Amino acid sequence: MPRKMRYMLDAKDLACERGERRLFSDISLALKPGGFARLLGANGSGKTSLLRILAGLTRPAAGEVLWRGEKLGDIAEGYGREMLYLGHAPAVKDELSVAENLMFSARLSGIAASNDQCRMALEALGIGNLAPLSARVLSQGQRRRAALARLALAVPLPLWLLDEPFAALDENAISRVRALAEAHLARGGMLVLTSHQEVPIAAGNTQTVNLGV
Amino acid sequence: MTAAIVLVLRRDLLVALRRKGDALNVLIFFVIVASLFPLGTGAEPGQLRAIAAGVIWVGALLAALLSLPRLFAADLADGTLEQMVVSAQPLPAVVVAKIAAHWLTTGLPLALIAPLLGLQYGLPGDALLVLLGAVLLGTPVLSLIGAAGAALTLGVRGAAVLTGLLVLPLFVPALVFGAGAVTASLSGIAPGPHLSLLGALLAVSLPLGLWATCAALRVALD
Repeated sequence: MPRKMRYMLDAKDLACERGERRLFSDISLALKPGGFARLLGANGSGKTSLLRILAGLTRPAAGEVLWRGEKLGDIAEGYGREMLYLGHAPAVKDELSVAENLMFSARLSGIAASNDQCRMALEALGIGNLAPLSARVLSQGQRRRAALARLALAVPLPLWLLDEPFAALDENAISRVRALAEAHLARGGMLVLTSHQEVPIAAGNTQTVNLGV
Repeated sequence: MTAAIVLVLRRDLLVALRRKGDALNVLIFFVIVASLFPLGTGAEPGQLRAIAAGVIWVGALLAALLSLPRLFAADLADGTLEQMVVSAQPLPAVVVAKIAAHWLTTGLPLALIAPLLGLQYGLPGDALLVLLGAVLLGTPVLSLIGAAGAALTLGVRGAAVLTGLLVLPLFVPALVFGAGAVTASLSGIAPGPHLSLLGALLAVSLPLGLWATCAALRVALD
């Protein structure tokens, strides 16, 4: 069987330039079902850029990303049905309630979640009581939790790309997100995350990509 | 595709409903601009009737322009735009829905209030109907071209001014045919050809505006 078929996500020799500066080059990363990759590096080393390349938002200066053996540019929204990307910005709209925000995000990912499922997802992050409130009144950490509640609904999506998922979270929330991530990996899902905190995540197959300084 | 359009359209209308001030400001701005001209030019009925169509159209262009910076900037700032681009929904469907929501919350109210302003200028009944039809056909063109301009200037400093410089020249055909239809009807000529040209303009700007907006959004997020 050719190499590309064994790996679900296969990023080869990626390079990224911001302005005139080369952030990184020759970064490769490949994930099989159940695989977990942690992106490490100092501030400004390109962790977020690498994650955005994997999500198909940014074009790499060199190299390519394959999903199920196909180039990202060729599969467009087909990739969106299988991948969940959570960036720096929580993507929570002030004008909508916490539950409405979650419902919209889930539908955007092609997940038809019921009201009950949304409530359970919010419970999983410990903010079930905030469901009817306007997102405007949320604190930074609560907003983050509201964004991460999508993970509880994103069970059918095999690939999760999370940018600093533990930032602004308290101990309790960190352990809840960790549990969701570990359950995802145990189901055979794949996870790529950037993190400053050393949060241990149990996975059968862990790789670390160090982007250096 | 339709499900994606309905999803984003419903969300955008819900957000607009909870931020009524935004749409209302645009409408009030339109009324004020259109009401300023008689104060400056004098209230001679014949002259007012002659400038009515032009003034109302320019007012509508400026009001539409005023509403453009909000179209994508808020979604960019809170991260929802990024989510829409990486989502399972086709980007053209998302963009169609956002433009439709923009038209429903700004273009449509502008079109509905335009005949009222025409009445202020002493336009006769049939010219008012032509004005309504022309603005109804023309405002979607403004939303489509405007969306491309707003997407191109996304994240740029001074985006609002830049959007104006970019799209106002492109609004000229809509202005010419839109105001021309009313003027034609005033001088007893059938406004049909002008309205047909506005319709043709809409048919051309629909695919072009969509394509340009999608491409610009991808570049803005790169």
